[in-house]
Amino acid sequence: MAGLATPTPAAQHARAPLDPAVMLVAPAAAVMVMFFVYPFAYGLLLSFQPAQGGVLQNYIHFFQTRDLWQTIGNTMQLALPATLINVGFALAIAYATRVKSPYQRLLSTLLVVPLTLGTVLIAEGMLTYFGPRGWLAQALHWLNLYEGSIRLTHNYWGVLISLVITGFPFAYLLILSYITGIDPALPRAAATLGADGWNRFRYIYLPLLTPGLVMAFCLSFVQAFSVFPSAVLLGSPAGTTRVIAIAAYEAAFEQYDYSLASAVAMIMGLAQLAIVAAALGLRRLFYRGPVTGGKG
Amino acid sequence: MVMPNTTGRPVEKNEFRQLRLEGVSRQFGGANALDQLSLTIERGEFIALLGPSGCGKSTALNCMAGLLPLSGGSIWLDQQRIDTLPPEKRGFGMVFQNYALFPHLSVSRNVGFGLKMRGVPAAEIDKRVAAALDTVQLQGHADKLPGQLSGGQQQRVAIARAIVIEPPLILMDEPLSNLDAKLRIEMRSEIRRIHRAQGCSTVYVTHDQDEALAMADRVVVMKLGVVQQVGTPQEVFARPATLDVARFMGYRNVLPARVLRSDGTSVTVEGAGGVRLAGTAMQALPVGAGVMVAVRPDEIAIAEGEHAFPGTVETAEYGGREWLLQVRTAFEDLLYVRSSRAVTPGDSVTLAAAPDRVLVYAGES
Repeated sequence: MAGLATPTPAAQHARAPLDPAVMLVAPAAAVMVMFFVYPFAYGLLLSFQPAQGGVLQNYIHFFQTRDLWQTIGNTMQLALPATLINVGFALAIAYATRVKSPYQRLLSTLLVVPLTLGTVLIAEGMLTYFGPRGWLAQALHWLNLYEGSIRLTHNYWGVLISLVITGFPFAYLLILSYITGIDPALPRAAATLGADGWNRFRYIYLPLLTPGLVMAFCLSFVQAFSVFPSAVLLGSPAGTTRVIAIAAYEAAFEQYDYSLASAVAMIMGLAQLAIVAAALGLRRLFYRGPVTGGKG
Repeated sequence: MVMPNTTGRPVEKNEFRQLRLEGVSRQFGGANALDQLSLTIERGEFIALLGPSGCGKSTALNCMAGLLPLSGGSIWLDQQRIDTLPPEKRGFGMVFQNYALFPHLSVSRNVGFGLKMRGVPAAEIDKRVAAALDTVQLQGHADKLPGQLSGGQQQRVAIARAIVIEPPLILMDEPLSNLDAKLRIEMRSEIRRIHRAQGCSTVYVTHDQDEALAMADRVVVMKLGVVQQVGTPQEVFARPATLDVARFMGYRNVLPARVLRSDGTSVTVEGAGGVRLAGTAMQALPVGAGVMVAVRPDEIAIAEGEHAFPGTVETAEYGGREWLLQVRTAFEDLLYVRSSRAVTPGDSVTLAAAPDRVLVYAGES
């Protein structure tokens, strides 16, 4: 039987002829080409064909027009805090609910409900609840806790709150799965070695979770960066919450300048990519590997 | 040597006289996983908790470590009650079955973790970690990650990590069960050597009676959460207190019989087909009582003599130095017998056992 010993993976890789089973990815590849590669390439080319001016005219126009380039800052100012809040709270709550219990089931169900509601539904609820004459304002007045006027809609805060409500469940579920994947014997071993609750979190959980937290950050950020409905419904789309997606929408469907809209979309993609690449670059600095403590 | 720990309570190296468990109990969902365990462990003792899976031995260990709260009873380190302390305040070393090494820390930082938590200065941590790695013969692996080590090496790191904090008590939860047979035998004497060098007490959980007999000063045999017997390896091996302990200690032949004559501890019993056996009563046995007779396969000989009885060899399995036979006799179950001379299936043999190695326990089958 020794002669039938399996070759090393590297050797196998070098020698293997094209496996016909590889063709099974063809439908998926076709879908990718049709719905991602083609539109992307089309948009990229379109962005270099402005109605007038040179090839780069759209990009020059974007960075010369205050009303346009400011949208990058506006979007970052919403997406970065929203992502940090989501990942931070999700980490804290997922850590607190890491032990399986009926209580955990109830809590995670409640926390995940917003995931199933659409952004528009949440925006509508928020308008009734957080508005100047909403339940929150009325309750605070009635309890004599706060007399001033409350403005949590049609401005920056309305959009931020909406991003947290819609983005939190996603980050929570992701981080909970990372935490429960860590071998529970590791914190137990740390405890017998004298680590109290904080040190177990600091020296065991946190380093093992860091790669997962970076992933959660990236995915949450991309989600928050493309904010559009809540920026329109709950924000001030002409002011602080004039996000980049609104700029692209206006160019495409109000000015019918598809070429400029494509350029805005390309810039939007690059801005996201820059943050995600930076986050993934940071991730390389940390331990990435198995999160169990030996043979199981 | 006195070193401060994080609470300011000084932990004095190995300086305790005894650890007492008083009626320690633990229930899971109404069922007793551990029932009224009382045990006194002297300083320097090596105790093995032995039993089949589900016997409560690991539960007992986790209760001592503080990883499981007690449902009843108390644990005392000399005059200090410790069962109310969380695990990080007890200062016991623990070696886990799957080692539980921190995968993101190098070997030296794994071993130094407990010292760091105690606020020991970095220079002293380096010195003590090097000494601990020396003890477990892992010099030169200090900067590797646990994932780069073999199972046996990971095992040694886990032991080094537990002993470097110089705990009064080291708890080991089946630490050898993931190793291959040869390494397991080597690590046995290794762990004994480290135990003696440290001068600490060790509580060692295992389901392997050879391991327990080879390593322990005293063996605690458990079944279904209840202690069956506490004694030296010689005592539990030669004089099992109950039929269950006897079965667990390799008394493979358990035969129903009835007491014919009783004279102190010497009894004569009669089993199926009128076969008579002279044996030793392990408890008071009135004449006529139904009993169970336990004999180890290597203590039944193919020999003539008083109370010898006939049988026919059914299977003979060659095991190197001797044969393991299954012999059909008047008893319902086949008898396991070890023989040093060649026998073939179908042979008629005469079997006999020394009366002091035929143990008789009360009870019907």
